[in-house]
Amino acid sequence: MNVYAKEFNESARRYTADLRHRELIQKALAGYYAKRDEFKNRFQSWPGARDLAAEIKWEAINHLDRYLDEFVSKLEARGTKVFWAPGAQEARDYIVGVARQHQVRAIIKSKSMTAEEIHLNDALEKAGFEVVESDLGEYIVQLREEPPYHLVFPAMHLTRQQISDLFHDKLGSEPTNNPEDLTMAARRVLRRKYCKADMGISGANFAIAETGMISITENEGNARLTTSLPKIHVALVGIEKVLPRLSDLALFLPMLATAGAGQSITCYNTLYGGPRQPGEPDGPEEFHVVLLDNRRTEILADAEQRDALHCIRCGACLNVCPIFKNIGGHSYGTTYQGPIGSVITPHLRGLQDWKHLSQASSLCGACTETCPVKINLHHHLLHNRRNAVRAQPARLEKLIQSAFVLMMRRPKLYQFAARMGRLAQPLQPLVRGTILDPLRAWTKTRSFPPLAQKSFRELWRERKAS
Amino acid sequence: MQISLFIPCFVDQFYPQVGMSIVQVLERLGHTVDYPETQTCCGQPPFNAGYWDEARAVAERQMTVFRDAKTVVIASGSCGAMVKVFYPELFHHHPREAEARALAAKTFEFSDFLVNKLGVLEVGARFPGRATFHDGCHGLRESGSKKPPRQLLQRVQGLELVEMSEAETCCGFGGTFAVKFPMISTAMGEVKCASIADTGADYVISNDSSCLMQIRGVLDRQGKSIKTLHLAEVLAQT
Amino acid sequence: MTNREIILGRVREALKVAAPHPVLRDSLAAAPAATPQKWLPPVGQTMEAQIELFRQNAEALKVEFRVCANVTEAIQHVKKLAAAGGWKKIGRQRGELTDPVARELSLLEVPTDRGYAVDDLESCDAALTECEALVAQTGSVLVSAPSAGGRALSVLPPHHVVLARRNQMVPDLTTALLRVQEKFKDRWPSFLSFISGPSRTGDIERILVLGAHGPKKLTILLLP
Repeated sequence: MNVYAKEFNESARRYTADLRHRELIQKALAGYYAKRDEFKNRFQSWPGARDLAAEIKWEAINHLDRYLDEFVSKLEARGTKVFWAPGAQEARDYIVGVARQHQVRAIIKSKSMTAEEIHLNDALEKAGFEVVESDLGEYIVQLREEPPYHLVFPAMHLTRQQISDLFHDKLGSEPTNNPEDLTMAARRVLRRKYCKADMGISGANFAIAETGMISITENEGNARLTTSLPKIHVALVGIEKVLPRLSDLALFLPMLATAGAGQSITCYNTLYGGPRQPGEPDGPEEFHVVLLDNRRTEILADAEQRDALHCIRCGACLNVCPIFKNIGGHSYGTTYQGPIGSVITPHLRGLQDWKHLSQASSLCGACTETCPVKINLHHHLLHNRRNAVRAQPARLEKLIQSAFVLMMRRPKLYQFAARMGRLAQPLQPLVRGTILDPLRAWTKTRSFPPLAQKSFRELWRERKAS
Repeated sequence: MQISLFIPCFVDQFYPQVGMSIVQVLERLGHTVDYPETQTCCGQPPFNAGYWDEARAVAERQMTVFRDAKTVVIASGSCGAMVKVFYPELFHHHPREAEARALAAKTFEFSDFLVNKLGVLEVGARFPGRATFHDGCHGLRESGSKKPPRQLLQRVQGLELVEMSEAETCCGFGGTFAVKFPMISTAMGEVKCASIADTGADYVISNDSSCLMQIRGVLDRQGKSIKTLHLAEVLAQT
Repeated sequence: MTNREIILGRVREALKVAAPHPVLRDSLAAAPAATPQKWLPPVGQTMEAQIELFRQNAEALKVEFRVCANVTEAIQHVKKLAAAGGWKKIGRQRGELTDPVARELSLLEVPTDRGYAVDDLESCDAALTECEALVAQTGSVLVSAPSAGGRALSVLPPHHVVLARRNQMVPDLTTALLRVQEKFKDRWPSFLSFISGPSRTGDIERILVLGAHGPKKLTILLLP
């Protein structure tokens, strides 16, 4: 077992035993489910909307070269500097380079999972720049020096008490049980940062090819401030964020809000099409868009799983996943959590190292059912399992599978094995829970049923005879 | 109608009474039931583990066993999904693809068969008690069987059906997942059992015996007296 | 090879193999896809119905929305807000609707149209702007750099007041986007934003708090 799988198991063990965590997450999501369903039901047809969304993303991803070129040429026409980044290193180097070139002193950042993916903050800090996260949840986990817990709700795992202690410790603020007071404490600190920062870094939710704009969705207004006041704005955008037309947003903005946060629409949906244009009173002097591949083209090349690139990063699949809810976002040990994370991480970071995420699933299908763009998520977990085995079958497991096939292709052998099982059954209580117990992974926490005295086949034969 | 029974390997060995209950109900409704005795397994365990060649080797044989069957009724939602949804994928671009699709088309999970194929809701069952229903994930999502079990149970005399808040949440069985990741599987089972207990029901019914194995396993360790029953067992009671 | 050529090369190579079309994959799919309006929540055809829908949505979003019979009524209301909020200084953009209101308020002003000092704007108590459109379907106001005095004016001061005209009310996002596409054609401003309520966060135990970074209060006044 590789180190990632080991850490996963250890973390999952800890979290699944933590009943406080289990309750906290269930409580946090209860309100989301109710609101999500309320707004889904307002659609004339949510299934119809899903079909259209799936089609639009299919069109975008399956003509990605055309739409990327259109996006970039429109952006460049209005003075945006576009950098194509084949990998994480190139993206990091470019952004650090921009900061150095402009002798930036303070950087403010709005939420970007893509920036997490390439460990951008680390690179900037090593290069001597201060980077402050402006999204409240991201700011909180930044102060705690831990990664975001969830794609959309980075601090979902924390109580107000923990946040109060954190702010008291790091900001010197008064301990309080009131979420509003805590929010205002962060607001006061971050407000000064916006006004002083010389560079703002953002992600993007969508990249509109037709008009050469990025679209950023947020509730707090921190992304707007990050991109309005500093004189340089750098946006890091995965190549898969592309949408063909501006009008596509009319569908995607409400769907993202409903599926992702149980809202009818998110508070701020902002389109950025360039640096400050002539006649505009504010806005950055320079606008850079860094287009990131970083192995997304490998997912693109896997035609069977290409639809994983349709993902709009709404987080809905996390919210319905019973595995996610019980093991928590940090157990995944990688940037993208939940079902989508389990599907794409093997492609982004290596199949053999990360196949365990695809194995740690009961394949219940709740993710596929909820995905607003109809990605075949749980079937891709099966595909990852198959691909992992094809590339590198585990010798012992292959042996067991072969034995299984042998048995199941010979009814007499299958029935013989069942008879042996019945004979051995009285011995099971003697070894239960010990290393000799083949069922101990089960019997440690659950009772195991006895083999029936007579199998269905035997009962059927008796019935026929009488 | 002539109906061929597909009895999953673990129903055969652990829950034969579920198979017998299906026979009783179908015969009560006037149908003739046969059981191809050389059948073994649908091939789901190797399939889920990623061993698709091995799964195909098992599935192929099963396809041969049921080649001449007109209608196949299967006692489990998850094996039903294996045949109906995954056999076509498993045999895609394979010489026996047409056969796989044909078997998928003529196979039905038990409750889906009664309600959607036979158009029957009333099977003359009587079972007094307060029960809640657990939706097995495969039956629910791969085969779309949310309504049929409930429609059937609503007509069982004396049965009071209450819904649990987490009816559609996975119980945590998931095949080998249950033993490969036992801590996650158990946690999921505990969430399910808490929801069952909240309803105050004396019985939890499901259309998947593997789910019932998991739920029973957790309930026993919790010392709860809630009983687990397969849908077929309830419908067989008169 | 440039980076662009590397990435596009990878993309073209990958796309040589076709991926299954989504709607064909699912045999239970709905009728062939149409425009979003077919699936999104319905919007009434008349202006009155749209104003009513906007009002309901605005209320749910905790936006203060008033239909004003004339400019005088709007001025009176803004004066009330100023008194209640103890406003001393407002940021604003110059415009046909904002000019008369600002004049009557006679507070200290930071007009943003031709640039401003950040600290000046940061210490304003309120912002007065116009907009591009109001969207009935979502209760949103669409602003742009030209219509709302730049990027920061409508998000930095703690109370944002929008003055809009009836003919700026549109049924849905599709229409709003179409409207600005027709207005700007290829000479897009660098910034447009759909604002749907005062700033908010749920990052602390999923409890709703208003005024996270952006304005805590949003007032929209609809003039004839």
